Amino acid sequence: MAEVEAAGSGTETGGGSESGNATGSGSGWRRPHGPLQRYYGPSAAEAAEATPDPADINGPHFDPEVFLTKVRSECRLGELLSREATLGREIRALDSDMQTLLYENYNKFISATDTIRKMKVDFRRMEAEMDDLASNMAAISASSARVSAALQDRHRRGAQLAGVQALLRKLQSLVEVPGRLRRWAAPGADPARALHCYARARAVLRHYRHLPSFRAIEDESHSIMAELAQRLRARLRDDTLDPKELTECVEMLLQLEEPPEELCEEFLSQAGARLEAELAALEAELPPSDPSGTASTPPPASDILDFVDRGSSAFVSNLCLLAASYRSLFEGRPGSGDGRLEAFASTLTTRYFELLERRLALERGLGDTSLLVRALDRFHRRLRALLELLPAAGAEAGAALVARAARERVARYLRALQTFFLGCLGDVRQALAAPRPPGKDGPGLPDLLATLSSSVLGQLKAVLAYVQLFTARDVAFASLPYFKGEFCVEAVREGLVVAFVRWLCRTARGFADSPAERGAPAAPPALLLLLARLCLDYEATTISYILTLTDEQFPPEVGQLFEEGVRRAQSSDSSRRAFSVYSSSRAPGRYAPSYTPSAPMDTHLLSNIQKLFSERIDIFSPVEFNKVSVLTGIIKISLKTLLECVRLRTLGRFGLQQVQVDGHYLQLYLWRFAADERVVQGLLDEVAASAAHRCLDPVPMEHSVVELICERG
Amino acid sequence: MQLYRAECLFPSSPKPDVLQIHIIDFDDENNIINKNVLLHQVGEIWHISASPADKGVLATCYNKTSDGKVVTCAAVWRMPKELESGSHESPDDSSSNTQTLELLCHLDNTAHGNMACVMWEPMGDGKKIISLADNNILLWDLQESSTKAVLSSSSALEGKGQLRFTSGRWSPHHNCTQIATANDTTVRGWDTRSMRQIYSIENAHGQLVRDLDFNPNKQYYLASCGDDCKVKFWDTRNVTEPVKTLEEHSHWVWNVRYNHSHDQLILTGSSDSRVILSNMVSISSEPFGHMVDDDELSDQEEQHQEEKIKEPLQDSVIATYEEHEDSVYAVEWSSADPWLFASLSYDGRLVINRVPRALKYHILL
Repeated sequence: MAEVEAAGSGTETGGGSESGNATGSGSGWRRPHGPLQRYYGPSAAEAAEATPDPADINGPHFDPEVFLTKVRSECRLGELLSREATLGREIRALDSDMQTLLYENYNKFISATDTIRKMKVDFRRMEAEMDDLASNMAAISASSARVSAALQDRHRRGAQLAGVQALLRKLQSLVEVPGRLRRWAAPGADPARALHCYARARAVLRHYRHLPSFRAIEDESHSIMAELAQRLRARLRDDTLDPKELTECVEMLLQLEEPPEELCEEFLSQAGARLEAELAALEAELPPSDPSGTASTPPPASDILDFVDRGSSAFVSNLCLLAASYRSLFEGRPGSGDGRLEAFASTLTTRYFELLERRLALERGLGDTSLLVRALDRFHRRLRALLELLPAAGAEAGAALVARAARERVARYLRALQTFFLGCLGDVRQALAAPRPPGKDGPGLPDLLATLSSSVLGQLKAVLAYVQLFTARDVAFASLPYFKGEFCVEAVREGLVVAFVRWLCRTARGFADSPAERGAPAAPPALLLLLARLCLDYEATTISYILTLTDEQFPPEVGQLFEEGVRRAQSSDSSRRAFSVYSSSRAPGRYAPSYTPSAPMDTHLLSNIQKLFSERIDIFSPVEFNKVSVLTGIIKISLKTLLECVRLRTLGRFGLQQVQVDGHYLQLYLWRFAADERVVQGLLDEVAASAAHRCLDPVPMEHSVVELICERG
Repeated sequence: MQLYRAECLFPSSPKPDVLQIHIIDFDDENNIINKNVLLHQVGEIWHISASPADKGVLATCYNKTSDGKVVTCAAVWRMPKELESGSHESPDDSSSNTQTLELLCHLDNTAHGNMACVMWEPMGDGKKIISLADNNILLWDLQESSTKAVLSSSSALEGKGQLRFTSGRWSPHHNCTQIATANDTTVRGWDTRSMRQIYSIENAHGQLVRDLDFNPNKQYYLASCGDDCKVKFWDTRNVTEPVKTLEEHSHWVWNVRYNHSHDQLILTGSSDSRVILSNMVSISSEPFGHMVDDDELSDQEEQHQEEKIKEPLQDSVIATYEEHEDSVYAVEWSSADPWLFASLSYDGRLVINRVPRALKYHILL
């Protein structure tokens, strides 16, 4: 049914009627005020406007002359007479009214007069009493002044005494200072408290040092504090101090106004010694560095992860601690010298790197790569924490170390692959050369070839999977630029995969070219045949397959290069389930009116109202350069196309149900890719509505069935 | 006074057996819209065209379901007499006056497939009809006052795959001997005398071609639109490159229409719910505005005229109409008033608009 609505016609025709409307509304605006005005009477403004009428006999501006002149000039004789009679009557009435009022209120007048008379008498008595009160007050104030004058002198003396007492108390405490200092500064006591006490007393002592007794106190406390400083210095040289104690010690010495340069020197050397000791402990685990390098060293006592763990928890964390306390102690003091700490730290970290490098070199075998990756990851993370404190501590060196280790591991995998291939080849040779039991054919060449190539391929895949650990997303150093690009391309693709294939070719050719002249047994022809076939296979399919596999696994996917972009109304998967429950209760309602032919207008109205509240979706809106925005664009275009295609079809019952299932499925899974899931929802709703509209036999599928189908998928 | 007679329709629900054609009268002076409903009882209509000779005769393509299969057929119909004259009924009984179309004849397509569209010979006597059915072009002669349709000639498009015409247009030039058809991304021209292909624009659009229209005043000029959101203008003598391309829409363009008298005005409707009116002066028949004979020019006018020549109007979008809430599937110019046009969208909303007055005066003066 084509319900054609005639909506808004031309836009230019409205002008005339609009202006007419404007004037109409002007008059309509005032009308409601009329009744209000009548109710409240004329406003003040209007009363002021009205001119005073002297002829109004009841008005406040009444002028008898004017009134008379007016009446005489305007009225005829009869009227004058009747007016006169009226006036006379009114005057009489007023007179009698006045009299009545007087009589009625006579008693009140009398009693008012009485009251006033009584009040007069009372007030006279009160006046006398007030005079008495005033004279008494004057006497009181005079005697009070006498008393205070008498007491003034004593008060002054009392205040003086209090001042003297306070001073004495202070002196007492000053005198006590050396004793307290001695008690607290004694070895093993509380030197921090002594320092606190000394700091308070010092200024006062310095101020009164011209008095001999105070000088004695000052000198005594000085000597005590010097002694304390001496002891602290001795403690500073103690090797067993941990970084926290060291920091405290130096802090106290600084408070004692010891020269900071010297302290700085001491601090660094002390810290250096401590860190050196830790490095030495690490080194002790390593076998002595052997210049020849090839001597068989016993396997290290602990695995690499353990080593890195200990290194980072002991050395790196102490270095962090020391660097932080150095900053807080010597920041801004003269002589702390810029770059001193940096130089100190970088020598130490260089040594640490060396140690780690030596330890890494010990990882000869193809031990657990995930362990190595975890170790490197931990190292990198701890190093980052250090680098935040000390940017100059060797960021490049650390990154290079990790990269080197990864490269080394890849190279080792290449060698392992080569060994594996040679081993396989040896097996093949053996199988070919093995004496065959009579009546039974040896393994066919195709079988051998299949085994060889599949095992090599499997090994290669396994190696790729191991190497991929280095670029895993949860590994911190995988975000380094090296691991994002160069590692994938140079090290893995070229250095591992391509190098292996090249080596394979060379080896195969070596078999073919080398005659038996060097004494080695010539390769059997069957082996040559097999290798030739293997190479052919590689050329045809395997190489491109391997490279595609590598490219898929390694060069970072396009998507990762783009930022995620912002997604509105992001909701979790669980909430999605809840939503689908909600829509299940709603969906039948949406279909219902569209297939009950009794109410076609309702659907129409309904969809129009729905559209009124939904924003217009711009299908080809501009796309931002991020993943979500691009995906949203694609989804919108696709769903709009689906909508238009559905509208061009005539669907049967099963067609409708198919669209229903498709829509539900998309609703379940598409939202997580779109920036605004309402867009997806809106378009899918429109698809569903159009499909129901275009269906000859609109019997929608049970919603539970739809859900079941989609869940299973 | 009836000024506007739009015959627009849209295929909507196939469910009721009775479908309607709404004849909308738009009275310009009183700004009154009046509709008359005609019942089309055989199925939903996908294409409609009116006879150029007889106002009361029209042809439709419609869907018919039989045994669960949908077939598209075509037929010629006559409207009831009182509507034909365009007589103006009083608006209050407009709801009650539903009338039924009188069937004149079927275009028998049992051997040819689904009908995509029907075209009348422009400016003809209403006796020749061409219909496109799947990959066939069928030329019919209507005889015995249109009650009998005789297939006079036909041609089939041969090629790989399943070819199907989507749309076609009969050129009003060259003595009405040319038609243009669209199938998939290709636009083809045909000579109706020999029923042979005369030109072919391969890949006219990146995706499906939806509609075509001939410039009514300039022979060889053809406009096309399609799913690649573009509108292209072609010179059929040189079809390697389009003369001009418009890319204003953001979704499939379903309709393109030249104004019947001022062919610089181009109307397009799209499923992005917009109707766009463009002014393509540079390729119109009046590239420098309205030409005035030299003799009639006074000096002042001459000066004025020179200015105009110096500054020809630029090709531009005049207006974008966004009144529709849903995809627009049909746009059409009024045949009575060249400044009036209507557009129809999926939700059944018909919007009548006017060319902006400023532009109208610019073109006329």
